[in-house]
This record gives sequence, C-alpha cells and structure tokens, in this order.
Amino acid sequence: METPHQNHIDKADFDHVYEPAEDSFLLIDAIEKDLENLRSRNPALCLEVGSGSGVVVTAFGMAFPSTFCISTDINFRACIMSKKTAEYNKVIFDSVRMDLASSFADNIFDIIIFNPPYVVTDSEECGGDDITASWAGGVKGREVTDRLLEMIPKKLAKDGTFYLLLIEENIPDEVINIMSNHGFRYKTVVRRKVRNEQQIVLKFYRIIY
Amino acid sequence: MKLITHNMLTSKCLKGVVTGYPLAINATDIKVKEVDFNPEFISRVIPKLDWEVLWVAADSIGHSDGLPRSLENKYDENEEFLKKAHKVLLEVEVEEGHLTCPESGRQFPISKGIPNMLLNEAEVQ
Ligand SMILES: C[S@@+](CC[C@H](N)C(=O)[O-])C[C@H]1O[C@@H](n2cnc3c(N)ncnc32)[C@H](O)[C@@H]1O
Repeated sequence: METPHQNHIDKADFDHVYEPAEDSFLLIDAIEKDLENLRSRNPALCLEVGSGSGVVVTAFGMAFPSTFCISTDINFRACIMSKKTAEYNKVIFDSVRMDLASSFADNIFDIIIFNPPYVVTDSEECGGDDITASWAGGVKGREVTDRLLEMIPKKLAKDGTFYLLLIEENIPDEVINIMSNHGFRYKTVVRRKVRNEQQIVLKFYRIIY
Repeated sequence: MKLITHNMLTSKCLKGVVTGYPLAINATDIKVKEVDFNPEFISRVIPKLDWEVLWVAADSIGHSDGLPRSLENKYDENEEFLKKAHKVLLEVEVEEGHLTCPESGRQFPISKGIPNMLLNEAEVQ
C-alpha cells in the first residue's frame, strides 16, 4: 500500500492535530495484511472514526479507489486536515465533525476503522476536543473506545468489518468479550512492540448464516 | 459536504428526536468539483442509499435537473442516468450553510465543507 503524501501539511498544525506515529502506520499495515480479503469484498463505504491527520483513511482510499471514504473527528482542525490529506492524494472523501459515529444512519458502513485515544489517564482528562482528545483515554485508556463499541453493532453493515487498534493496558481480552456479547468474532491482524508499548490491531466481524 | 454524505446523516441522537432524518439543507455556498466517473461504484452504492432523500436534497439546492425522482429498473445499465447520479452524489459540494433537524429545528452549521454534528451534553438522549 502507498503511504499518502503529507507535504501539504504545515508541521505547526501538529501542535493541534495528532501527528501520524507508529500506531497510525500499524493500522495501515493491518489493512495491507488484509488487502486480499478486503478486495474480494469490494467495500462501497468506509468510515474512519477519529481520523486526525487523515493518513489512515487516505491510505485506505488510495488502495480502494472504488470505495467512498468518510471520516469523523471531534477536533475541527483534524477534520480540515483529513480533508486536505485526502484531496491532496486524490481520494474521494468527506469529513464530518462528530462524536464517534453517533450521527450516521444504521447499518451502512462496510468498514469502520478506529485508532482511539488509548493512553490510560484520569477520567477528567478524557473528553475534550483539542490535542488532548487524541491520546487521553481515561480509565484503562478505554473510555472513548467503549462508547464506540456500543455503536458498532448498529453502524456497521451486517457483513461489515471493524478494525481497532489497542495497547496491552487497554486489556484487549475485555474488548473481545464485549464484542463477543454483541455477536462478533475477532482475529488479531498484527501486533508490534514500540518502545515500551505493545500495540495490537484486532478485527471484528459477524458470522452470517 | 457531498450529498452522498448528507444521505447518511441523522440528528436522532438529539434528546426527544425519533428519526431526525432527512436533515434539511440550507446552502449559502455550493461548488461543483470534477470527480472521475466510476459507473461500477455508483451502481454499487445506490442500493445502500435512500434515493428519494437524495433527490429531495439535490432539488432543494437546485441540482435535480434531469434526475428521476424514483429509481427505474435496471438503472445500472443506463449510463446517462449513472452520470447524473455521479454528479449529485460526488461532485456537488455544500461548502457553507447549515443542516436542520426535521423534528426539533436544531441547526448544524457547515463550514469549509464540514458539517458540525457535535451536541452539548444537555442535548444528548
Ligand atoms: C490516536 S489519534 C488517531 C489519529 C489518526 N487516526 C491516526 O491514526 O494517526 C485519536 C483521534 O481520535 C479523535 N477523537 C477523540 N475522541 C473522539 C470522539 N469522541 N469522536 C471523534 N473523534 C475523537 C482525536 O481528536 C484524534 O484525532
């Protein structure tokens, strides 16, 4: 998969928007690993929640020119940067400022991707709409993620796939349990140790009979 | 905001709102940006959308010219139709304006082509 060009971004903007890091690229690697499977399913609509700079969703759009990509972020500057990144790389795209996926109609997205604010922090630190929102995850680093988990069964198409990045401290087994109670199977797509952080990308899907 | 995106947006997480769909569009700045025509994509995405809502949205901002109000059979074989659908779905962009919840009248501003659907805590269900 190609890495999106980012030369249009003014470095100073990364004071306000999450700068692509190892986690962003691990998510791109996860999609790349799953490319054949994804191609065979020919997704029509892909949503990245919390797209920040937009590199992940743009990389997806570059690999899938026949998919319409949408992103949301709570941070307006991130929405603008995502839109610019997609446009600069000629990806057909729209960006909406929204809390997670809360304002979308039901069962439409074939793919949902999320690299959440996953750092364990106090609850009070979590829930802003500036750069803090890009990393502050509250209790277990899961407060934002857990809210999205409750939306996934509704927002994802019946045969859709949800890709989620977590770190060890987020207790991935608990997430797997929550999703299993919603009727989802899972697979570990990739894992990597970055400095002292064990990062993992899981994918969730339903079995359709 | 493209009309394909408008087709998927609701205000139903507002307290007291049941469907919150479709949102009315008020546009003060509209641009038409050329996008490569991909008939396969258009035929594939139409069944996922609400065509009537798309038509009404396009009409409300003056872009329903020649667009049928309801889908005909075998629309996927009609290239001329697919081109028109392509234009309203992907090329017409609302840059500035607002969306309005059909039940509560709550307005959601659109600025730099980005709708702002954020609610404050007191507004959420
Ligand atoms: C770890 S950053 C990931 C950014 C980008 N996806 C990447 O991988 O480089 C998390 C992103 O989620 C956004 N975010 C946090 N809480 C959110 C919420 N409630 N709704 C939407 N986006 C949110 C942040 O603003 C930030 O852009």
